Amino acid sequence: MTALIETNGLGKRYGHKWALRDCTLSIPEGKVVGLVGPNGAGKTTLLHLAVGLLGPTCGSITVLGGRPGDGPAQLGKVGFVAQDTPTYAGLSIAKHLRMGGYLNQKWDQELAQGRIDQLRLDPRQKAGSLSGGQRAQLALTIAIAKRPEILLLDEPVASLDPLARREFLGGLMEIVAKHEVSVVLSSHLIADLERVCDYIIVLVSSQVQVAGELSELLADHHRLTGPRRDPRSLPADQAVIEESHTDKQSTFLVRTRQPVLDPAWSVKPVTLDDLVLAYMAAQERSSEPVPRPALGVV
Amino acid sequence: MIEFQLDTASGVATYLQLVQQVRQALQLGILEPGDQLPTAQQVVAKLAINPNTVLKAYRDLEREGLVRPRPGQGTFVVGTLPRSDPAAQERFLTSMNAWLRRARAAGLGPDDIEAIYRTAVRDSFAEGVA
Repeated sequence: MTALIETNGLGKRYGHKWALRDCTLSIPEGKVVGLVGPNGAGKTTLLHLAVGLLGPTCGSITVLGGRPGDGPAQLGKVGFVAQDTPTYAGLSIAKHLRMGGYLNQKWDQELAQGRIDQLRLDPRQKAGSLSGGQRAQLALTIAIAKRPEILLLDEPVASLDPLARREFLGGLMEIVAKHEVSVVLSSHLIADLERVCDYIIVLVSSQVQVAGELSELLADHHRLTGPRRDPRSLPADQAVIEESHTDKQSTFLVRTRQPVLDPAWSVKPVTLDDLVLAYMAAQERSSEPVPRPALGVV
Repeated sequence: MIEFQLDTASGVATYLQLVQQVRQALQLGILEPGDQLPTAQQVVAKLAINPNTVLKAYRDLEREGLVRPRPGQGTFVVGTLPRSDPAAQERFLTSMNAWLRRARAAGLGPDDIEAIYRTAVRDSFAEGVA
């Protein structure tokens, strides 16, 4: 089976600052992939490399077996919605769809029109007068009507209110169920990703911290609480992601495939939120005194 | 047709919440054999969840013999679950309240009581399986 996205030692450098480095991934097809991390972590860079808007400084990337941006066939397989879901403010919805028809080989006008009707949008309305949620839906409609095999969405819901966000993600999941398209979407809204994704990539400070099936990641990470203990005394199969200690008590977030048997520990499952925050904190500690990337709050 | 709701604060896995809601609807008689479940597309559009989550829930229900997919049509209820008798529920609630009063009089707090309850449920159902 072809991988959805495969990267090997992928890196992108601007001047002497790495926006993405040592990125090696193999994402299986048919997934809804969540790309999560703080602002400036390299999420947009990775998406732009996958679309072909950027070329790598080093390493390699293939999308559905092809080189990003390599000719009309490859471009036709990839649907992309850039950050802030850009549209042409002066053009009506109908004209957006006509333009989509001119620019894409496999344009599905029926699908596009059907979605606009379903959203109860007036095709004569100009994109500039749409609400943020409606504009995002229009951008998604155009991206899916070109009938891609993979949809790449850069922070599609960051600027939307909770209701518009739910409607957008609901529409996106409906598309996934109907058209069997794979999706990669970046977001720092972890609760949203936990609902819609089945594969997660955590990106912090230009590097992939952890990547895998959401259910496996959650099953492999545990929070241990017990009497104070040196992390070096933990079994070798337990990788410590995060630790904190008081004079009497220790708390660890560990990753392990093995059951935790030590009766001294109280073992709790972790949420995706816990997991992402632990990897972010770990990376920040290891890369100090590099300035902390700001975590966007929406 | 039933409509699924999601409680994100419950800590219960999403697919399990869907399974539980179908089972509950069967127990209450809201769903009966022949009734159709919402399609995966309808569920994901409303709840904004991953389609595989719905398929996993429906597969679980199918394994229990409660629903069956009909190709091209959807998923339909084929099994039933015994309805719980309201009078029996009332009776057990009364004896439970009496038990709780005795436990509190013996100095047990909510945490102790919950621990006892969990252990008892686990032991009782483990016996039933064995």
